[in-house]
Amino acid sequence: MLQGWVVVCTSFAYLGLLFAIAYYADRRADLGRSIIANPYIYALSLAVYATAWTFYGSVGRAASDGVGFLPIYIGPTLMIALWWVVMRKVLRISKENRITSLADFIASRYGKSALLGGLVTVIAVIGIVPYISLQLKAVSNSFTIVLQYPAIVMPAKVGAVPIFEDTALWVALILALFTILFGTRHLYSAEHHEGMVAAIAFESLVKLLAFIAVGVFVTFGIYDGFGDVFSRAATDQELRPLLTPLEGVAGGYASWVWLTVLSMLAIMFLPRQFQVAVIENTDEKHLNKAIWLFPLYMLAINVFVLPIAFGGRLHFPGGIVDADTFVLTLPMAERQELLALLVFIGGLSAATGMVIVETIALSTMVCNDLVMPVLLRMQSLRLNERPDLTGLLLGIRRWAIALILLLGYLYFRLAGEAYALVSIGLISFAAVAQFAPAALGGIFWKGGTRRGAFWGLLAGFAVWFYTLLLPALARSQWLPIGFLEQGPFGIALLKPLQLFGLSGLDQITHAMLWSLIANLGAYVVVSLAGTQSAEEHRQANLFVDVFRRAPVGARFWRGTASAPDLHNLLVRFVGAAAADDAFAEYARARGLRWPQAQLPADAELVHYVERQLAGAIGSSSARIMVAATVKEEALTLDEAREILDEARQVVMYSHMVEQKSKELEAATTELRAANEQLKELDRMKDDFVSTVSHELRTPLTSIRAFAEILLANPDVDLPERKKFIGIIAKETERLTRLINQILDLAKLESGSAEWHVTRVDMREVVGDALSGMSQVFTERGIAVESRLAASVAPVSADVDRVIQVLLNLLSNAVKFCDPANGRIEVVLADLGGEVRVDVRDNGAGIDEKDQQIIFEKFRQAGDTLTNKPQGTGLGLPISRQIVEHLGGRLWVESRPGGGARFSFTLPALGQEAAPAHARVAAAT
Amino acid sequence: MADFEAKGQRMIALCMLGCVLFNFPILALFNVPGTLLGIPVLYAYIFIAWALLIALMAWVVEQRD
Repeated sequence: MLQGWVVVCTSFAYLGLLFAIAYYADRRADLGRSIIANPYIYALSLAVYATAWTFYGSVGRAASDGVGFLPIYIGPTLMIALWWVVMRKVLRISKENRITSLADFIASRYGKSALLGGLVTVIAVIGIVPYISLQLKAVSNSFTIVLQYPAIVMPAKVGAVPIFEDTALWVALILALFTILFGTRHLYSAEHHEGMVAAIAFESLVKLLAFIAVGVFVTFGIYDGFGDVFSRAATDQELRPLLTPLEGVAGGYASWVWLTVLSMLAIMFLPRQFQVAVIENTDEKHLNKAIWLFPLYMLAINVFVLPIAFGGRLHFPGGIVDADTFVLTLPMAERQELLALLVFIGGLSAATGMVIVETIALSTMVCNDLVMPVLLRMQSLRLNERPDLTGLLLGIRRWAIALILLLGYLYFRLAGEAYALVSIGLISFAAVAQFAPAALGGIFWKGGTRRGAFWGLLAGFAVWFYTLLLPALARSQWLPIGFLEQGPFGIALLKPLQLFGLSGLDQITHAMLWSLIANLGAYVVVSLAGTQSAEEHRQANLFVDVFRRAPVGARFWRGTASAPDLHNLLVRFVGAAAADDAFAEYARARGLRWPQAQLPADAELVHYVERQLAGAIGSSSARIMVAATVKEEALTLDEAREILDEARQVVMYSHMVEQKSKELEAATTELRAANEQLKELDRMKDDFVSTVSHELRTPLTSIRAFAEILLANPDVDLPERKKFIGIIAKETERLTRLINQILDLAKLESGSAEWHVTRVDMREVVGDALSGMSQVFTERGIAVESRLAASVAPVSADVDRVIQVLLNLLSNAVKFCDPANGRIEVVLADLGGEVRVDVRDNGAGIDEKDQQIIFEKFRQAGDTLTNKPQGTGLGLPISRQIVEHLGGRLWVESRPGGGARFSFTLPALGQEAAPAHARVAAAT
Repeated sequence: MADFEAKGQRMIALCMLGCVLFNFPILALFNVPGTLLGIPVLYAYIFIAWALLIALMAWVVEQRD
């Protein structure tokens, strides 16, 4: 069943199936029910990385190098671990700037530079050409081989076949036609090709299944499991070195490491990988699954590579069969026709997947970043006046696809024969690796400049061209071979494979080393030496700080435009329907109804239109078109200064806000403290009220009790009656005193007491107080000893108040001194600066714990419940208030059993100014 | 955002782990004759380490934020 017509029909049927899938996915996308918006399709579409290189070439590489094919898949696994950091950023940047391709990305980062976009496009196209030729070679070879069934014959040399009988040419033409039908039926908004992605995901499944099928067949059908294949290989002289291959291979570990690095960069910067990973991504969250599913895919498709490679070499000894074809020739040799057909379709899948995505990505770049910027600048074409440019855009893309495939075929004719599949592909990998410094540097380093990126890319590309592409052409006798062996013009230092005499490395490592040094060096040095333009600076900030800020609008744009002009511009590039949608959406976001309401043609609208346009024709072309439509005016120095001033003001405001918030915080703390104090005072007030009521009730109760007795018993005898009335009078007196004292204390505490502050001689005051109390002393038989200093400094005080304090202390002393043998000692001393009065008794003394309590209101030493209260409990608090008001202190020193000594001081006049409040009171 | 950064750092650490696992000194340890369950030691090591790395990546990246 492997007749020519069966194979051809199956192939076309398969391509038709792809087309149907793509058509269905596009329909679903138009209905808004996308089938590709899920992480599994995203991960499968990333597997477009596995091309005919993987499908056929890995086995070829493994057959000669052992594990040498693996860095190509381990590298991406390592890179994908970094995707969480790197790719999320690239995705966010691309979404916000409506990036349409890798060239657009780099051009946009460096100030939407059309020149840079063009350079990236040229490098990408030239760099990818070998890779496309690889796919053509693989498909045409596999086709030719299948047709020879049941014989196994290697394809003839390409050069020997007339061009129109060459299968590869027909493969190229058919693929070009298919891709054109497939990818450029109409213009896609923001380059989302949903149908293509669905088809690619399907192809990824097909190639994986086909490869695993042939792997299982070889390992378990022809041989008896993995162990069997490897143990047979171990007995083979030629194969044994491949089991511990890292030392045997040229370059060894260095080659391994460089291939890993190279493929790490390739997974980021191959145009088709950028297309499926970034441009076609519908949701950043899909990364989560893709980060492990895609490496898993690569692992799965590589498990059987080694058994097939060893199986093939054991099966076809002597090298008569090209190892690159083992995947196909092993089932053929075993007469498994169906499996062979499946393998052929799998290989076709791998190749078409790559060719479709790669050429669509490249044609977008060619159109948006190379051709359109040039055409738009050519005034003579009058493109600005054409009403509809969508046809032109599609035409450019179709021609670009055809051209790229024909270039691939040309390379295949020129140089394809001399290299194995993997070696051809690696040349392309090295080319796209040149994008790494400009792209990765661009998203993490704000300092990279347009000139730096340009010269870096140019230098890297030149070295790549010289050390990889020219030698490939020279090997195929299209250049004199002496160019390789003696160097150009016989200059040995410039030998392309041993540049500057560097030898001992394999070709790829050698080229990577020199090209990356040149690239990175030029990028960094030129960037550091130059400065950025305003536009570059703005884009650099947009890219590097993409997570840090909301997207800024066209803040720095000034100019005049009209909304209808902008609308017309959009219509010409994306069609009327899409343009209307875009305008309606813009208006809706601003609460307007379009087209009923006229939109203000301000900077924001211009920026919006530019972004929409960028989604269709790339940022540099969009920039040119918008610039031609609106009359832009350069920022004047004054305006720039104004913007700077505004920025400075914002900074200032933010400083102020910060300061205010600090102050606020401090105020809050203070308020909280004040609140605590208030609460405490409130509690104290409550306590005070309840105590006062209690204190007032005690005398009242006894007064009332005795009054009631007298009222109820009129015949109480006189002595008894006198006694009762005496008690009532005494209690009333106590009540009066209590109320007076409470009022007094309240006045003192509220500060409304009247003060008659005068110059006072304390000797006189103490003398007056003592003589006022002399009657009491004599009655109680208390000895009073007064030791008054001969002269003391005058103090500033209210005489009556000071006497009140002294009387208080003296009457306390009388109350508490020894009842039998009372002694009171009064001392007046001038301490220099203050005058001190001591009143000492010889009573029971005061417990240490009570020494503070007695100065609190209504508190007395001892247990008030068992002992009869003596006095009101307000005398000492009042005295302390008075003394403190006059700027002095009142305290007690006592030991239980050793009497108590109350002392107070008053500041001497002249030594220091009278207390402030006393002076104010005196003035009023 | 703090979780995003923590996840990013873990992924970077995994990348570094991979760079060590698939590089000179460690690879050389396994680049010896002999087999593990019939598979040459180097091949067995690379595929097992690779699978392990993917499993770790899946574990880290699928953790709830």
